[in-house]
This record gives sequence, C-alpha cells and structure tokens, in this order.
Amino acid sequence: MARKAFMIDTSRCTACRGCQVACKQWNKLPADAEVNRGSYENPPQLTPHLYNKIEFIEKGEGKDFTWRFLNQRCLQCGDAGCIKVCPSAGALFHTEEGLVGYDQDKCISCNYCVNGCPFDVPRYDANNKVTKCHGCMDRVANGLQPACVKACPTASLQFGDRDKLIAAAKASGKQVYGETALSGLGAMYALDGSPQDYNLAENPSIPQSIFLWKDVIKPLGILGFWGAVGAAMLHYVTVGPKQLEDDFEDKGGE
Amino acid sequence: MTNHWIDIRNSDVILIMGSNAAENHPISFKYVLEAKDKGAKLLSVDPRFTRTSAKADIYAPLRSGTDIAFLGGMIKHIIDNKLYHSEYMQLHTNAPFLVNPDFQMPGDLDGLFSGYSEEKRSYDKSTWSFQRDANGVPKSDPSMQDPNCVLQLLGKHFSRYTPEVVSDITGTPQEQLLQVYEAYASTGKAGKAATIMYAMGWTQHTVGTQNIRTMAIIQLLLGNIGIAGGGVNALRGESNVQGSTDHCLLFHILPGYLPTPKSSWNDLATYIEKSTPKTNDPDSANWWANRSKYITSLLRAHFDSVLSAAEDFGYDLLPKLDDGQNASWLMLFDRMFKGDIKGFFSWGQNPACSGSNAGKVRKAMAKLDWMVTVNLFDNETASFWKGPGMDPAAIDTEVFFLPIAASFEKEGSVTNSGRWAQWRYQAVPPLGNSRHDSEVMNELYFRVAELYRKEGGAFPDAITKLSWDYGFKGPDGKIHHMDIHAVAKEINGYFLEDKEIKGKLYKKGELVPSFAFLQNDGSTSSGNWLYCNSYTEKGNMLARRGQSDPSGVGLYPEWSWCWPVNRRILYNRASVDANGQPWDKKQPVIWWTGSGWKGDVPDGGWKPLSQPGTKKSFIMLPDGVASIFGAGMKEGPFPEHYEPLECPIEKNPLSGTKNNPVIKRFYEEGGLEEDVFYSCDQRYPYVATTYRVTEHWQTGVMTRNIPWLLEMQPSMFVELNPELAKEKGIKSGDWVKVSSGRGEVEAVAIVTERFRPFKVQGTTIHQVGLPWCYGWNTPNAGDSANLLTPTIGDANTMIPETKAFQVNIEKRG
Repeated sequence: MARKAFMIDTSRCTACRGCQVACKQWNKLPADAEVNRGSYENPPQLTPHLYNKIEFIEKGEGKDFTWRFLNQRCLQCGDAGCIKVCPSAGALFHTEEGLVGYDQDKCISCNYCVNGCPFDVPRYDANNKVTKCHGCMDRVANGLQPACVKACPTASLQFGDRDKLIAAAKASGKQVYGETALSGLGAMYALDGSPQDYNLAENPSIPQSIFLWKDVIKPLGILGFWGAVGAAMLHYVTVGPKQLEDDFEDKGGE
Repeated sequence: MTNHWIDIRNSDVILIMGSNAAENHPISFKYVLEAKDKGAKLLSVDPRFTRTSAKADIYAPLRSGTDIAFLGGMIKHIIDNKLYHSEYMQLHTNAPFLVNPDFQMPGDLDGLFSGYSEEKRSYDKSTWSFQRDANGVPKSDPSMQDPNCVLQLLGKHFSRYTPEVVSDITGTPQEQLLQVYEAYASTGKAGKAATIMYAMGWTQHTVGTQNIRTMAIIQLLLGNIGIAGGGVNALRGESNVQGSTDHCLLFHILPGYLPTPKSSWNDLATYIEKSTPKTNDPDSANWWANRSKYITSLLRAHFDSVLSAAEDFGYDLLPKLDDGQNASWLMLFDRMFKGDIKGFFSWGQNPACSGSNAGKVRKAMAKLDWMVTVNLFDNETASFWKGPGMDPAAIDTEVFFLPIAASFEKEGSVTNSGRWAQWRYQAVPPLGNSRHDSEVMNELYFRVAELYRKEGGAFPDAITKLSWDYGFKGPDGKIHHMDIHAVAKEINGYFLEDKEIKGKLYKKGELVPSFAFLQNDGSTSSGNWLYCNSYTEKGNMLARRGQSDPSGVGLYPEWSWCWPVNRRILYNRASVDANGQPWDKKQPVIWWTGSGWKGDVPDGGWKPLSQPGTKKSFIMLPDGVASIFGAGMKEGPFPEHYEPLECPIEKNPLSGTKNNPVIKRFYEEGGLEEDVFYSCDQRYPYVATTYRVTEHWQTGVMTRNIPWLLEMQPSMFVELNPELAKEKGIKSGDWVKVSSGRGEVEAVAIVTERFRPFKVQGTTIHQVGLPWCYGWNTPNAGDSANLLTPTIGDANTMIPETKAFQVNIEKRG
C-alpha cells in the first residue's frame, strides 16, 4: 500500500482552528478548562485531550512583522523515535498506511516515548496511557479523510498518497519540510518561510541516546528480560513460587 | 453581496477592509486563496493586524473611523492618474451628468454641502440635482469634461484628499497608502476585476453608509460593478441575515424592500403614488414603477383574500409609522428606557450583550412589564434581572423563556450573503420541550386571535383577518403542525383567480412563475415579490442541488436559487459594452449573441445599449444608471470625512465640521446621563474598536456553551501595542480594566505588535480592541465590550457606532 501522509500548507492556514475542534469531536476528547494567558494560542501545549493545535507565531516589527500559523501534531515519522524506544511490542506501531498508531491496552506507561520523540508530541492521559494524534487511523482504515482534514476550509490540511502530495507541493513551487528527515515524515509542511520562521528544527533527528537504546541496550534488555523470565520459571519449577517476586526484581536485566 | 461567495475566486485584486474575513467568514478564504493561487493580490486594511492581514500581500493600518479619508485618497489617485474605465462610466453611470450649478461642496463650505440648516441639522437637497432638458431627462456631457459634470465635481471634491492629508488623518504611512491605491486602481482596465469584502467594520460608524458609498464610487470608476470578480460585497454576520432583511427585519421596510407605510398615507392609492419612483427618461426601465403590483400582491398574501379592492385588500391593517418616526434599535431601547414600551419579544437575540451601550439596554429592560425571550440557551438578556449591578427584588419585569429549536432541528431556508436561498432539512428532532420558531408563532397567532375574538380589543382585524393557511386545520380550527412548504409557497405567491397573461391561462391556485406575472388588481399574491420564482409549479427551487456550471465562472445556476429570478451577479448588464460584448472576454457573465443573451440571467432582457428600444442597465434606479452622484444620502451626494462622535483629535483636519452634521445626537437632544460621550478628553485618551473572533459567534450564546470553543478563547481580552502597555505597566496576560463614559469591563491584556501606534496630526494615537462575544452568564468569561460603546448611530440607517469610540485602560488593582 502506498504510504499515506498529511501535507500541511502553511500559506493556506488562517488559524480558524476548525482542525482543533474537529479532532476533539471525532476522538471524543473533553475540553480543558483554560484561561487566556495573553495570546490567542490555547491551550499553550498539546495535552492528553489535544492532539493537534495551531501555534500562533508573531515575529518582527513594523513592515517586517509577520504572524504565522503552524498546525502542531504528531508528524508520523517514518523512523519514529517513539516506536523505536517503546519496550512494549505493539503499543506504538506503524499502520499499513504508514501512520504512527498506538494501542493503549499494550502501553505499559513507561513514558519512554515522550523522550524518544524529537517533536515533544506524546502525552499521557489520566490512566497514564499514551495519547497523541494517530492520523485518525480508524477513519483512514475505512477510507475516510482524517477529521481535521475534512474540517479544514482552505485545504491547508491535505491527506493522501505521500508521493503525490510531495509532487503536487513541489510543482506549485513550495518548500517541503520533512520529505526525507527521519525516513520521511508522514505529516509534512509546505512552508511559506524558513523552518526557523516556524520554530521548526532545520534537521530534526531522534536524540543520539535513542540510537544507543534501540540498537544496543534494548535488544540486550529484551534478551535480559526473557533470560530473567526463564530463570524465574526454572526457579518456580525447582524451588516454588514464594520467592519469585524477589528473584525477578533482583535478577531482572541480567 | 452584488456577487456571491464563489465569485471571489474570479478577482484579480481583493480588498478586505471593514471586515476580517479570515476570522469571521472563514469559509470565504477558500475562494480568496483560490484567487491568490491564480495570482490575485490580497489587500488588508485594518486598525489591527488580523488573521486576514496575515495572509495579505499588502497590509495597511488605519485609525478606526477614517475609512472615507483613506478611500477618498484612492478616488483622487484614480482620477489624477486617469486610471478609471471611461467607456464604462459613460455607459453605465451618472459620471457624465451635469449637476445644478448652484450645488456647492465641502471644500467651499467648510465641510458642508449646499443647503445645510444648522437649526434642523439636515439638508435642503434642492441643489443636489441634475440639470434637465425640456423633457426632464438629465443633461450630460459624454466627454465628461464639463466642470459641472459629476466626474469633474468628484475630482474637485476629492482633490483635498492628498496622500499627505489622508495619512495625517488615518495614520497610515504614505508608502502603504500608495501601495494599496496602486494595486486596487490597476483594475480600471477592461478584463481586470477587483472586489471589496466588507462588514460591520464599515457599517457601524456615524458615517457607515457613506463608507460603503465611497467604495461603490471607486468600483464604478474602475468598472468593477456587474462583472465576475467584482461588485460591492457585504459579508453578512449570520447565515440568514440576508434572508431576514429580505423579509423585513428592519422597521422601515416591508418584505421585498417595499417602504413601510406612513400614517399619513391614508389608502393604497396614496401609498402607491407616494412611494413609486418616477422617471421622464424613456430609456430608463425604472423597475420600481411596478410597486403597485408588489404591494398589492403582498397584501393579498398577508390578509384574508375575501378582502376586496374596495377594502384596499387590507391596506388599513398594515402597521404604519408615524410621519418622521424612526423605530430603529437605538430608538427602541431609548423609548424602553424612558418607560414607553411595556412588552418585548427578544427572539433569537441577546441585546444585553449585542446592543451598543449595553448598560443602558440592561437598565431599559428593567422598565418593562414583561419580556419573552426565545432562545436556545439562557443568556444575559433572559437573566438580566440577576446580572451585575441588578437588584432582583427591585425589578418588576416578568420574564418568560421559550426554548427554541436550533437550525439543525428544523426544515426551511436560509439566504446567504450571496442572496442564495438554500433549502435545508431537519437533521435531528428538537431537544426536550424546545419547538420550531414557526410552531411558536403559530401557537401565538391562534391564541392571540382567539383572545381578540372573545374579548374584542382596539384593533382586532390586523390579527383576525390575517391569512393563515400553513397546514391542516383540526376540528378545533387550529393548525397543529406548520407546513413550512406552505410558507415558502406563500412567499412565492399564487394566482388567486384564473388569469390570462400574454395569451396563457393561469388557473386559480397555481404558483406564480415569476414577479413579471404579479398583478395590481388583486388576482395574485406574493409574500415577497423578490422571491417570486423561488417555489413554482416546477417545484421548490431552493432545494435544487444541480452542480453544473455552464458559464465557467462559478454561477452554478441550478444550485439552490437566488434572488432576483436566479440572477447570480447583480447589475450584470454593466459587464458588457454597448454592443453587448463582455469587458472581460475570459470571465464573461453575460454576452449578446445577436439574437439573445447567454450566460447569467441578464438584468432585464433588453437588447444591448447600442440598439434602439433598449433600456439602460441599472433598472432599479429612475435615471437608469449607477449613482456616482448619490443625492439619496442624508449627508451629501459625495462622501466627506467626518470624525467619529468620540475621537482623539480636537478638530477635523479637513474642515471646521467635526462630526457628521446630520446624525441624531442622543446626549444633546435627550440629555440622558447614559448617553454621555467624551471626545478628545484626557480621561478617555485611547481609540477603541470592537470585533468578533473565529471561535465565538455573535454574543457567544451558542459558542460559550460549547466547551471546546471556550477552551480556545476562554475569556474577555483587550489587545494593545507594546508602547502603550509599557507606559501603563501592563504585561501580556495581566487583567486590566477598560472604561468608557458608559461603563467598564475587565479583560486580559494581549500585548502585541499587531496593534501599532498611529501618527496623527503630529501626535501619537494609541488604539485598543476588544471582542463583544462574552457575557457575565458564562463563569470567568468577563462581560461584553458593548458596555463601553456609545449611543449614536449612522445618519441614514442609525446603525450604532461601535467601531470607533474612546476608552481608558488601567491595570486592575
């Protein structure tokens, strides 16, 4: 299946925030009680109840003043730090379409994905389970557009075959952010400005420590985990259940 | 709108001024951005840098209330540089007409036109007239060189509006001023189109009507009326404002813009005589000459059809205005405040927050005996008696609350800004005990009529002789379920008897095909002549969903229906030259094939103007051409800059006439403390304006009850520039107090570069802005900005001046 993606054309965003509301409606997310802190931008950060939001960016003065709007959300990385770092198989995963989905039943509340994300996206809800934009994977799997895309009145948010979106954006002379970074983002920006204008990292990457984790420690850890389970079972069979917990804790990770 | 939403995509230049379309009409930006995709330039002129400005190619700031100065400078720029469309003006406007030589202008009369009476505060308009030939037809100079012709006078009048003078009034840097002028005026060529998207930022001023007039003049100079991508486009603030205006929401009109009768117009013949425009020009269609057909058909729809011609079909039963009476919003609440009004239906509105000088409005409601509020939610009006500063024990007003169905809970039509009347269906049944508006009205009608029949009364016939055939009548004689289609059909109109027209027989009970078939002999009915053609024997035109666009310019003639007679672009006969060929060959609206018109429904089917026996292109005006010189206005045939009632400068830089000389002055004339104002007063040194935000709608009664929307815009705020904030020790996020002569509100400060200080008359003027979507009934949300706004209205319409007034701002103690 061709990889699906979002293309977010910042030149078309009027910050109407229909995307913020449509997301809450489809995903049945409650409102956060908010106060005005001296800005239109609200809530000020993504929350467990807020999967996408518009950042209002004021820069410059006088004739050089600009007011830019950026839809912030999970960027559905091809090489996703959150999936890489997640110790629980299947809690975070790539869908057939290439979106980064999650299964809260498999989430072990370790919070590693928060540190593994280069864009500070995952949040934990009241049950201490991971939440974030999953690209409306339920809608997409049924052939529908994500809720935010459907609500967008100006086609600033587009969703479709990743290759086609990139080709179309380039054909209309736009700079694509995220075409190759992190094995290609699944939510890209067609920027009318530089990444800095939008407070975006020029070359987003997964923190170095994550490579270490993914490529060295995690395989060892999993090996160690199963080693520990094996030892515990042996212990159970040979000694009995009483000391299982202690042994497991003591020897875990060996 | 003369044009319609989709048509915005056909523009080469889009000016958004007096509106903030990106925030308040978000869907419009679909079409604005489509135009930009094709290379259009977007110009944003606003006191504040808005979400609209963020998308604009050119942004120009201006001080609130100085639009005429800004646009007057553009007229001067167009005329000085001969950027106008001469042929268009000669054919379609009164630019070549010769004006009465005794007519004098503000440049000679210190800000006034000839005929002003200081005592009456009004004009004798006798010199605001054209020179006429022996037949009474206006004289003209097709070369437009005669010093008394309209174009030359216009140039002379606006010669005072130099960029230096304009910039010194508006505070707009000259560079941006000229950028806007040059971009907009580039569309004076055939084949180029510019549009204006405006809203309350233009209307809600003491010179509101003249703001629009100034832009209409620019559009006529550039040949931008009638063409695709052009026009003068009012963005309506609610989905059905256009519909409610068409169907006589306002006091001075009956449905279809027929004038409300005056008490001195004793009978139908007098009404027709007094209200029908006349012309001596055989080439003018003067469509309003059909007035008698429309008023007669309206009476036949309103009242029992047994009423005969001898009974004037019930003309006596129509409500009438006392001669000279103004029953506009400000006047109603003024009279309520003074105790003259005893009962009040507040239907689908929240005047405790929406009314200018809302504190006065709230006090006025305490003088009522009873009030019925009809709304989806409790609101500041329904609960005014327990609001801030109110003592429930001291208020005798009995308040009734009727819960009503939302738009999704009922079937019917809405008419959008583009005049498209679109049918929509009930999605879900009404919640709880709420009912459709029509059901509530139906119940009221039968109960009130029954009371009149049982108990008599002063004037029962106005109610008991209404026609009320909107559904099946039960054994009790009452209708229990309104048939909304019956209402729509009555609006269209029926033949009330067999009638032969142009050789074709129409049977009694048939729906009238279009308003050309309406009669003044009582044989037809029509609840609104403009909508005649909307529901015919062919079916409900409003419910059509055809998606073909044979024109290629987005007219979509089979999608819903649009008044009049499905004409999608008004004045479209001005989109062609004398031979019927479109100015814009790539985006033609209509064109003459040699034997007939193609394209949109033409504004009258007559032949092109070069052929004999035709009629001029502006058929609703007696002279048959568009009015660059518009003598119908109260303050002058050309617009002139006057300062807002409350303004930050001592005198009008252009003349000794500071304010609009013909506005009704409430404070001076009525003397109420509530109507006080402070102009150029150190206590209230900052200019203020009000606006809406994307996240809330109107006073917020619907949106403040949706937590998702409250999350994004939770409470009252005031926007101010960093210089003023520093001066006042205010930081972003601080709670501040904003006060005017009428009241005060608390708000969170948003300190932003999006407001800049203005340099005006050598001084620095600060402006702040506040939304009016909040009310005390929502916890922690703050109260309405209309507690600050003044009791003063436009001279022609009395729309309140809520967009320019004076305030002070202090950090909350």
